[in-house]
Formats: sequence, C-alpha cells, structure tokens
Amino acid sequence: MTWLRNLFLPNAASIRASDVDDLFMFVMYLNLFFFFLILGMVVLFVIKYRRKSQTQKTAHIEHNTFLELSWSVIPLILCMVVFFWGFNSYMQATVAPDGAMEIQVTAKKWVWTFGYPDGSVGIGKLWVPVNKPVRMVMHSEDVLHAFYVPAFRVKADVLPNRYTEVWFQATEVGDYVIPCAEYCGKGHSEMRAYVKVVSQQEYEKFLEEGDPDEKGKPPEELGALLYTNFGCSACHSIDGTKGQGPSWKGIYGQQHKMTDGKIITVDENYIRTSILQPQAEVVEGFQPIMPSFQGQIRERQLVALIAYIKSLK
Amino acid sequence: MADVIASPAAQAAKAPRHADYLTDPDFKGLWSWLTTVDHKRIGVMYLWSTLLAFLAGGIMALIVRLELMHPGEDFMNAERYNQAFTLHGAIMVFLFIIPSIPAALGNFILPLMLGAKDVAFPRLNLASYYVYVVGAIMAVVSIVVGGVDTGWTFYTPYSTTTGGAVTMMTMSVFVLGFSSIFTGINFVATVHKLRAPGMGWFQMPLFVWAIYSTAIIQVLATPVLGITMVLLVMERAFNIGIFDAQIGGDPVLFQHFFWFYSHPAVYIMILPGMAIISEIIPTFCRRTIFGYRLIALSSVAIALIGFLVWGHHMFTSGQSALAAGIFSFLTFAVAIPSAIKVFNWASTMYGASISLATPMLYAISFLLLFTIGGLTGIFLGALSVDIHLHDTYFVVAHFHYVMMGGTVIAFLGGVHYWWPKMFGRMYNDTVGRIACGLVFIGFNCTFIPQFIMGSQGMPRRYYTYLDQFQPMHQFSTFGSWILGAGLMIAAVNLLSSLRNPKNAVDNPWAGTTLEWQTQSPPITHNFIGQPSVDHDPYDYRAFKIPADAVE
Ligand code: HEM
Ligand SMILES: [Cu+2]
Repeated sequence: MTWLRNLFLPNAASIRASDVDDLFMFVMYLNLFFFFLILGMVVLFVIKYRRKSQTQKTAHIEHNTFLELSWSVIPLILCMVVFFWGFNSYMQATVAPDGAMEIQVTAKKWVWTFGYPDGSVGIGKLWVPVNKPVRMVMHSEDVLHAFYVPAFRVKADVLPNRYTEVWFQATEVGDYVIPCAEYCGKGHSEMRAYVKVVSQQEYEKFLEEGDPDEKGKPPEELGALLYTNFGCSACHSIDGTKGQGPSWKGIYGQQHKMTDGKIITVDENYIRTSILQPQAEVVEGFQPIMPSFQGQIRERQLVALIAYIKSLK
Repeated sequence: MADVIASPAAQAAKAPRHADYLTDPDFKGLWSWLTTVDHKRIGVMYLWSTLLAFLAGGIMALIVRLELMHPGEDFMNAERYNQAFTLHGAIMVFLFIIPSIPAALGNFILPLMLGAKDVAFPRLNLASYYVYVVGAIMAVVSIVVGGVDTGWTFYTPYSTTTGGAVTMMTMSVFVLGFSSIFTGINFVATVHKLRAPGMGWFQMPLFVWAIYSTAIIQVLATPVLGITMVLLVMERAFNIGIFDAQIGGDPVLFQHFFWFYSHPAVYIMILPGMAIISEIIPTFCRRTIFGYRLIALSSVAIALIGFLVWGHHMFTSGQSALAAGIFSFLTFAVAIPSAIKVFNWASTMYGASISLATPMLYAISFLLLFTIGGLTGIFLGALSVDIHLHDTYFVVAHFHYVMMGGTVIAFLGGVHYWWPKMFGRMYNDTVGRIACGLVFIGFNCTFIPQFIMGSQGMPRRYYTYLDQFQPMHQFSTFGSWILGAGLMIAAVNLLSSLRNPKNAVDNPWAGTTLEWQTQSPPITHNFIGQPSVDHDPYDYRAFKIPADAVE
C-alpha cells in the first residue's frame, strides 16, 4: 500500500521520519478496518432489516455483556499500543544526541533568521550538512510562531519568553520548505524559509565563502534572489499591488508621504534606512510592522537589494 | 411485536384538540413571545437565533473557501482573510454549536421527555436567552467597529497586541458564557427534580442523559473561560502582565486556561449530538436501544475524563515530556466511550424494522462521519504523529468531521425528527432525503482533501499556499458548494412546510418517549394531567404503533 503512504505523507528526509510514518500507517490501517466494519454493519442491517410492514416484529435485545466488553477492551488495547508507540518515538525525538550541531533560530514577524556556530547569520535559508544531527535552539521576538519541516516530521512552537528546541538529522540532500505553523498575523502564510541540505564539504564551503548562489551575480540579480530568500516578498509586491508594505514597483525616485507628514524622496539612503531601521520613517497608510535587518544583512546584500529596487520600473 | 391501533378517533383528531402553545389565545402577539417563560417558545426563539448564526457562519465559510480556490490574493487580502476565518470560527462555536442543541432542541424537548410542565427555573431560562442576544449583538458590534483577526482561540501574545475589536469580542464570549451556564444550571435542576412519576434515572431517555452530562460541563467549565476572557481584556487594557512575556507573564498560560475550558467544550458540542442520535436510532428501528446503560454512563464518563485532556492541544507548545505523555494517555482513554457508543448504535439496527426517513438518514450519516472524526483523533492523540499533524489542515478536517459531520448533522437530524412536534407540520420527506444526501456528499468532498493536504504539510490559517496544494484546495471549494446547496434545500424544505395547514399527527414516527404522547404541537402546559412512566424508554414490546404513523 505504498500508494496510500505517498498520497498522505510527503517525502521523508530525516532519520525520525520513517518511524513516525510507520505509526501513521498503522493507525491508518486501524482506521480503515474500523470504518469499514461500521460501514459494513450499517449497510448490512439496512438491507436485511429494512421495514417491510408497520407490524413487523423486532428483536428486543437490551444488551450483550460479551459483545460490549469486547468492543470496550479491544479498542482499549489497540489504543494503548498506539499510545506507547507514539510516546516512545516522541521521547526519542525530544532529546538531541550528544554532539549535535547547534543553530540559533530567531523568529519574528515574518522572517526566520538562523545563527550558525561560527557566528555567521543567514535569513530565510538554513544550510545544514546531510547525515549530521542538528539542534535548533529557538526563540521569538514578538508573537508565537512554529518551526515546521514537513519532510522531517518535526515541529515546535517558538515562544517569546523561553527557548524551545527541535533536532533532526537529514538523510537526503535537497531543499525542504519550513512553513510557519503557528498563526502569527498578516504575513503568516508567507512566513516561509527553506532548509538546504548539502554534503559536508559544501556546508563547510558555505561557512567559509557564504552562499554560492549569491556569488558571481550582478547586484540586480542577487537582489531579486534575496527578495524571496529574506522574505521581503511576504509583504512587498513587485507588481504594484498593495501588500502589508508598499509595493516596490517604480518607487525609486518617487516622493512618499510619511505618517508624520514628512515628504521623502525614495533614494539609496532612504532604502538603506528602511532596511536597517524600518521604524524610523513609515509610509502613510502602513503600520510600523517591518522587522529590522540590522546585523543580519551584509553590505553586499544591501547594495544588491537597492539595485534591485531601482531596477523595478 | 407491535400491533397497529386501528383507531378512527386518531384520524378524526387531526385538528388539534386543544389550542397549542403557538396559538394559545391567552398568549398572543409579539409581546407574549418576548416575555414568555414557556420553555417551548424559548426553545423556538433559540432555534431561529442559532439558525441565523449558522447562516452567517456558513456564509463566512463559503467566502473563506472561495478565497482559497487559488494561491495568492483573489478578492481578499491577508488581513480580511484572517478576519473572515476568525468570524467563521467564533460565530460557529460560540453563537451556533454550543447553544444550538441544548438551548434550542433541549429546551423544547427535555421537559417534555421528562413529563414536566416546564424547566425548573423558567425565568432564568428567559434570562439566558436575552443574555445570548446581548452577547450576539456585542459580537456583531465588534465586527462592525474593527473586526477581529485572532482566530477563535485568541492566543496570546498575538491577541493582546493586535489591533481591531478584540476586547469587544472577548467580552461577547464572556457574556455568551453566562447564557450557557444558565441553561446548564436549569437542566441539572430540571433533571433532578422534575422527572415524571415512575421515571428513575435508568428510565430516562438517553437524550436526557447526554444533555445532563453536557449541563454539568457547562456549569463547571464555562466559568474558567469567563475568567480567561476577563484576564485577556485586563491584559489589553491595563497591561497587567499575566500573559505578556515582556513583563514577566507567560503566553502559554493562556493556552492552558483556554483549553481547560475549550476541550470540555468540544464535549459540550458533541454530547448533545450523541443525545439526538440515541433517540432517532431506536425510533426508526422500532426496537430498544442496544446497551442503554453503557451509552448513558459513557456520556457521564466523557464529561468527566474530558476535563483532563486539554494538554493534547499543546503538544508542540514546549510542555514537558511527562505532561505530554499523561495527556496523550488520557486522550486515548476518553476515546473509548465514544467507540462504545458507535458500536451500540450500529448494533441497535440488528433485528430492527428500519425506516430510512429523513431523520434516520441523518443518523446514519452521523454514524459514518462521526466514526471518521473519532478515528482520525487517534492519529492526533499519538504523540509523535501529532507533532507532524498539529496546526495543519489535518486537524481542521478532524474537528470538522466531529463538529460538522457529528454535531451539525445530528442537529439537522434532530430538527427533522422533532419538526412535526414543534410546529405541527410535516415537510416533504423525499426532498429532505435528497438534501441529506447532498450534505453528506458535499461534506466529504470538502473535508477529505483537507486530511490529505494536512498530512502533506499544509498548515492551517493560511490565505495563500504553495502551488502543490491547489488541486486539493479547489476540490474542497467545489465540495463546499455542494454542501451549501444541500443545506439550502433542507432549509427551504423545512420553512415552506410552515405554510401548510397543521398536518402532522401526534406521533408520526411511533416514538416511545413522552414527548410523543402529547399533541403536536403541544399545549401550553405540555400534558393534560401528569403523565407517568411504567416501562423503560424504547421498549416496543407492548407499544401500540399508532395507525396514523408515517411509514
Ligand atoms: C474520539 C476521540 C477524539 C480524539 C482522540 C481527539 C483528539 C484530538 C487531538 C489530539 C487534538 C489536537 C490536535 C492538534 O491540535 O494537534 C484534537 C483537536 C480538536 N478536536 Fe478532537 N478528538 C476526539 C474527538 C473530538 C470531538 C468529539 C470533538 C468536538 C465535538 C473534537 C474537536 C476538536 C477540535 C475543535 C480540535 C481542534 C481545535 C483547534 O485547535 O482549533 N474532537 N482532537
Ligand atoms: Cu509565524
């Protein structure tokens, strides 16, 4: 029945996934069995005992201790099997193995930031080596969020007042989506990051030289890439539609009115300040909800984003 | 066993022998309705009000599903979408499901079933209705003055920091809670004190058992919700710092408070559904229910154990592994009484004389859909699997199977079952069955795809999504139209029957419980004389099938 498994479960790419999936399928079979049992009883009885006349005799069976015991005890036993299996595999998934690599995760509306052991920081994209246990230590700067990687079958809420953690060990090289799974407001559905699982060599190369995707690109192209990676796209459109923030289309050189009444021309400096200190000036008609990227964005990336915005005519 | 009474008298008596509660010359006009203390009239007013809420919540649902036809913005931006699903959830839960069966059908039927003249505290009953109306108006005001985008769960710190009319909405929930408490108190007292002579606890119809269990939860759990809502308002207004992490509070504490009420509240929602099914099945099978005592005691067990499982909504919230283990264990324990009930209902159809009139079709739909809802709860109770499924569409599908596939379907079955009793009119049975079929098909088309996309990793409360989920979202939206069409047909069918002359007989389905012994619609004081009980409910051995019973 692999088709059933493939229908319901996404690609499994971590060492814990197969155990979760096995239990999922075990419960699925139990479900199918009991559903068809009930369906069978109902259909059979409806056909067999359909009313034929108003005076038809009916059975007077008040109860049957044996039957009632069996459908209390058998489900109870099956439920206990599912309980222990689920609890056991949950316990194994709770404690990260010794020596797991540690990554600091910061969530805020609506961006994921990842801090690597060497102190470097990345936004929207999490690089990890394949076949290595990785432990995420997470906290939020505003409301609740939840870190979820469907392909790894892991999830944990991210709280503002204490650290929560998850760990995983990826088994397959590839890109996997990280959707935010705890409702966090307007940008919730677009608060999306990716895990990039790579070989150990590639991972080390990434730590030394930064993201190879970002290399050797003209600034405009790099800006376009960062626009999605950094999650700018959650709030800013590039086609003129109004989102949580102003669209970027054609704004370079325009004059914008701010909430405090000031008129500002959108130039390099204004864009730079907007990225690093977004609350300093807020465009009229919008709320001061943009997070600051101070300390998380490299100079080269900043230049690229400005170039990209300039290019959107 | 049953014989038919060949009674010309029954035929002749089609016109009501006494003025009924709708036409009683002593109680005429709008004012008599607004000031009534008659449980039947209050039940009817609750029925129209909750149906109105169902309509509003249903329209919101169709709007939400329409936006989800395509990824990206169709006609609502993220902000509007978030308000739309919040309203859908809040209206359905607080204004429709919680009051619908107990306060509308329960109010009407429970005293009749007990052979009582009214509930124990008729004025409190009317007060509960007005409190409900005030709460509903507050909810409407909060929509008009700013909208609410917190989700019906109001999780902090989002709910304490977002704009909009959250304060008004939480106060509305606070007020609505009192209406629920009043109803609960009334039913507890009524069941204890006003049973007909001869009706011991185990001669009570199962509807009464389940509504009684519900009433206990309403009285014990709802105050916690009230306090939680007050704390939330204080937090928003005065920053008292219970939930706000910045000044030492704990946002997760809110979830504990909230689910300490809201998990028992899911049983406030389902037990009344089970109550109705336990009536419809024996009547349309014309045989005694299988396992009366086990069904009755399961209701009580669910009501009690249901208080101890709230943490299963919070497995990913950072609670300790020990707590998670205990909550998971108890979750499985509370699943067993539901399983027992399903088997007992299905077994009642053995050796029966089954009629597939509209109410019974709804009961059978309930059996199948509630089974799916309950069984999929097993996935969620299993810790490691729930970590993957929590906060995805899988959970959305699960609770719709229990709340819509269970409670709402049972409610529709109950409305069709007691409609002739309440209004003295019979609707068109064929149309009723077609509507039921459409609802069943539409419901499954709407929610089966949601199980699949949920376990594939589609989180809930998303107004846009990855392209891979689009086929399933679209299918679900189409399903919602079939479902909507089915519901509209059912509504038109019922409402248009009100234009008929009173054509329903006293006991159209040959039911054995006391409400069928009085005329349809009942007289103001329910019974002429005090009815008494000398046999178990649903005992068809000595029961005479009335000659005018509908086939
Ligand atoms: C038969 C046994 C049942 C079991 C084992 C069960 C189990 C669960 C579990 C473990 C969750 C939490 C899932 C999560 O958020 O990750 C859940 C959610 C839910 N269940 Fe059930 N459940 C059962 C029956 C019911 C019934 C009878 C109702 C209501 C009438 C119900 C309504 C809900 C609701 C409303 C939610 C989600 C609420 C939300 O987060 O918005 N369940 N169920
Ligand atoms: Cu989030």
